[in-house]
Amino acid sequence: MSALMQEMSERALRLGVPFSAQIDLTYRCNEQCVHCYLDHDDHGEMTTVEIKHLLREMSEAGVFILTFSGGEIFLRKDFFEILEYARALTFCIKLKTNAVLIREAQAARLRDLSVASIQISIYSHRPEVHDAITKVKGSLQRSINAIRFLKSQGLKVIMANVLMTENMQDYGGVRALADELGAEYTLDPTITPKMDGDRTILDLNAGQSALQELFRDEMFVGNAEQFCAPPPPPDADSLASLPCSAGHTACYVSPYGEFYPCVQFPLSCGNVRHERFLDIWRNSEQLKEVRAIRLKDLSGCSECAHGATCTRCPGLAFMEGNMRGPSTADCEKSFARTGIPSVNLLAKKDKASPPRLVQIQIVPAIVGNRLSGIVNQPAL
Amino acid sequence: MTKKMYVARSPRIAARMLGEEMLVMSGQGSTLFTLNPTATILWQAADGSTPLDEIVERRICSEFEVKREEAMRDAEALAGDLAKHGILLISEQPITNPQTPLQEQAKP
Repeated sequence: MSALMQEMSERALRLGVPFSAQIDLTYRCNEQCVHCYLDHDDHGEMTTVEIKHLLREMSEAGVFILTFSGGEIFLRKDFFEILEYARALTFCIKLKTNAVLIREAQAARLRDLSVASIQISIYSHRPEVHDAITKVKGSLQRSINAIRFLKSQGLKVIMANVLMTENMQDYGGVRALADELGAEYTLDPTITPKMDGDRTILDLNAGQSALQELFRDEMFVGNAEQFCAPPPPPDADSLASLPCSAGHTACYVSPYGEFYPCVQFPLSCGNVRHERFLDIWRNSEQLKEVRAIRLKDLSGCSECAHGATCTRCPGLAFMEGNMRGPSTADCEKSFARTGIPSVNLLAKKDKASPPRLVQIQIVPAIVGNRLSGIVNQPAL
Repeated sequence: MTKKMYVARSPRIAARMLGEEMLVMSGQGSTLFTLNPTATILWQAADGSTPLDEIVERRICSEFEVKREEAMRDAEALAGDLAKHGILLISEQPITNPQTPLQEQAKP
């Protein structure tokens, strides 16, 4: 994020403006990815008229960066009508798509509408791996073709590489493919639970050893020693900081009009079909609760050595049962990065272990010196 | 006789008021600008059909204590600067389609 964009985000926070928002236009999809968290059936999507009404309300509320995602957005027959309308309201538009339905004509139209970026999910540079994840034969080739069409129009393309057990070895190949195609590259090693709470797909998450390898690959993290260095203990400023932008300057609306703090934070705050967008943003009790949370309020995390540097997702914590609790997926990433277990991981290990007179600490040599910020440590 | 200058907002930008400033992003997110309140007035009034001197007269001189000549000089410099960054279009003729003001197209 540029310095000016950072400054604008901070100003939006001070002014209470929803600076960025995501609308999922549909949950329907033409791919059936093994790790997807959505129910792809249509349970009554917002109509074109409802979406245009929402866009006007969002514009008036001050939303600047608007992401259209899904499901697969190009499955909506009115997609370009919605996009044109949004651009006429001068939103900065970002798209998330698998791009399978983008040909030359669609790419040219996206250029004419000055879309800021198009993020495309690519799981592997090898068709047999990518297509096995999407369960659509030929999908990698079609997505690559689309990237070429988009790049030929001068558009900004970001290849998003979600990592899981199936494709953990392929991120270098995807990165090289992005370079070859002139696309940017982003990587996410987190599989999230289904929106209905089903956690079985979490088995696809890359394990500790794979994460450790990834976090020491300097092609991705820069200086690995620095990236994996023990975190400084949280100071007073960190403890008073916000967990993330969800509900503070960012929000999410589902295809059915449900208003959440974030796409990964399924805490319903209202429905834009029944209430004004700005009324929900300003008055929702759920959003007020989310906004009240600071690092110092988080159970375990506030005493954790990783508190100030952890990528803790409040939405994942919510799905784990407590929006003021830890997100274990992020605890595991912090552990893989530094070798230092989080307070949450230590507590889980403690709980899972049978009662003993002497408990065994995970990596005691490191913990002994570096967990000075943690209280309630077992067996130190 | 001095030629008229017409100005229009580029349809390729993204923009939103944030507090008292206008936030403007030019083509494909490559550059971000903030316009101060005076520049925001000029930019918002840039409908392609109102000459710059009229905008200055009606919107700038009426709201700020500034001499017309000085305001006009500043407005021309500002318009030129914004045009260089591709967020404003300048012409000696009224600017119509495809530079129709975007807000006009988004009525329900």
